Amino acid sequence: MAQQYFLHNRDNPDSNKIDFYLQNGGYKALETVVKEYSPGEVIEIVKKSGLRGRGGAGFPAGVKWGFVPKYSDKPKYLVSNADESEPGTFKDRYILEKEPHMLLEGIAIASYAIQANIAYNYIRGEFVYGARVFERAVQEAEEKGYLGQNILGSGFNLKVVNHRGAGAYICGEETGLLESLEGKRGWPRLKPPFPAVEGAFKCPTIVNNVETLANVPLIINNGPDWFSSIGPDEKNTGPKLYCVSGHVKKPGLYEFPMGKNLKELIYEDCGGMLNGSLKAVIPGGSSVPVLTADEIDVSMDFDSLAAIGSMLGSAGIIVLDESTCMVDALLNLERFYAHESCGQCTPCREGTTWMVKILQRIERGEGRVEDMDLLDDIAEKINFRTICPLGDAAAMPAASFVKKFRKEFEAHVKKGKCPVKKDKSIKATHAHV
Amino acid sequence: MNEETTTAINEETASGTIEFSGEGLQELEEILQCYPNKKAAMLPVLHLARQEFKTITPEVMQYVAGLLDLDPIRVFDVVSFYTLFPSEKEGQYVIQVCATLSCDVMGARSVVNHIEKKLGIEVGQTTEDGKITLKKVECLGSCGTAPMMQINDDYYENLTEERIDEILDGLE
Repeated sequence: MAQQYFLHNRDNPDSNKIDFYLQNGGYKALETVVKEYSPGEVIEIVKKSGLRGRGGAGFPAGVKWGFVPKYSDKPKYLVSNADESEPGTFKDRYILEKEPHMLLEGIAIASYAIQANIAYNYIRGEFVYGARVFERAVQEAEEKGYLGQNILGSGFNLKVVNHRGAGAYICGEETGLLESLEGKRGWPRLKPPFPAVEGAFKCPTIVNNVETLANVPLIINNGPDWFSSIGPDEKNTGPKLYCVSGHVKKPGLYEFPMGKNLKELIYEDCGGMLNGSLKAVIPGGSSVPVLTADEIDVSMDFDSLAAIGSMLGSAGIIVLDESTCMVDALLNLERFYAHESCGQCTPCREGTTWMVKILQRIERGEGRVEDMDLLDDIAEKINFRTICPLGDAAAMPAASFVKKFRKEFEAHVKKGKCPVKKDKSIKATHAHV
Repeated sequence: MNEETTTAINEETASGTIEFSGEGLQELEEILQCYPNKKAAMLPVLHLARQEFKTITPEVMQYVAGLLDLDPIRVFDVVSFYTLFPSEKEGQYVIQVCATLSCDVMGARSVVNHIEKKLGIEVGQTTEDGKITLKKVECLGSCGTAPMMQINDDYYENLTEERIDEILDGLE
């Protein structure tokens, strides 16, 4: 098995305590950075590593940091996006609960790179335990001098504040998050201006996903060339967490280099299918286009998945077997998006609700012959026509489900009922982490 | 939240009838120091208010508005957007069963049915003794250990009917 950098301490109850972290080389990267590197050098190292955002969009982290204006006299902010809410995704929760110091060290290094003296960890409100662990980690790091005033004698100051969200998927979108952080509804903002120029409190702000930040100390300790040597090519680099859920024998969190083969992951690492045969896989969290069973011999990296019309997204892999009705599954997802739409943009607010209604009638056996085209049309009219990507996130599954499983949709209409023998019983598995 | 609430929040009711505890007030001071302006303390102060008063009533919203030097309607605007600030009284234990896709295919509906039958209530209701409220919610980020539920602060994962019975019977 390949070397692991995130999950290797998963069975150790002390993995989230600072003493354990320090015994294993923790905070050395921060020390190196504040003592030996200029902020610009840190940005160059991260650029060179090829680290791409692990939250879903895959934007190069170092490039993003480089967008912060160097000569602005406004305060700068670093925000750790711990609002993990994408259905199928549960990797950041693991880092928050089991490796909070990896995250904190990454936050401190990123803050130094952009010269922020305040960093917020925006954590979803339901993660009460994760929030407690993280707050304790902040306190430990302050006591040991890795956070606070004049860190390790470098003159660099950093205060880290844990900020709890309150149950809104949209606050995982970076500008929705910033509005929420400012004490408002989580309504995404029009871009530009981009947060790097005008983010929190009208000041330059960088928002990075938890897993992205937790990779940063590894890059500093081992060098950008080491990092970029992991993975299939120079554009898809580093270790990667994969969240597997649904109908496999061993669902759970897995770590492999970027570019793990999806088929191998499901049939070898996850022990194969739980009961029935494979029908579909959603590879990158519920928002990305679905794959059919014969499309899964693919490398789990940004570009390989894009090449077959899907996305790596948050690497939330949802495995569905033949007992899943694809109309019912899509209905479940569109209900989610309709519930989570913030309501600002008409195409998303109304479109998601329309799709729910249409899917409900198809599933009930009251669908119309033209409903599949109608769903397609609504999805197309939401896509790229909203302020934030929630609209696209609702449209992409709809368009791909209808396209790839059209026969099943049509069978509902033709037979006047759901033709799938659904299994909604409680299924016991052996979760991996 | 309904029209009555919006009306209530705009009305000047007798102020000063509720207040944070001493500890709460101390925590408030600490919270305010973490942000460049008072408004940004909205979510942490509402979390604190929930901890202190359980329900975010119009009176609580007015109190929070006073603490943050905001119009009450600004607080209402925020409270009504998020799901974690209940405006109506809930049971001592709030069960939230995750019903989004990964949990759904692993049996979330059966989990809900089982709890409904056991407690004699439906989703959205509270038991007569005011002890337990049952809710069906969107993804809680615990998909690999589906089906799952959250009771107050804690996650309960890899549920089976036996395990649900054990957990519910253990609630005091």
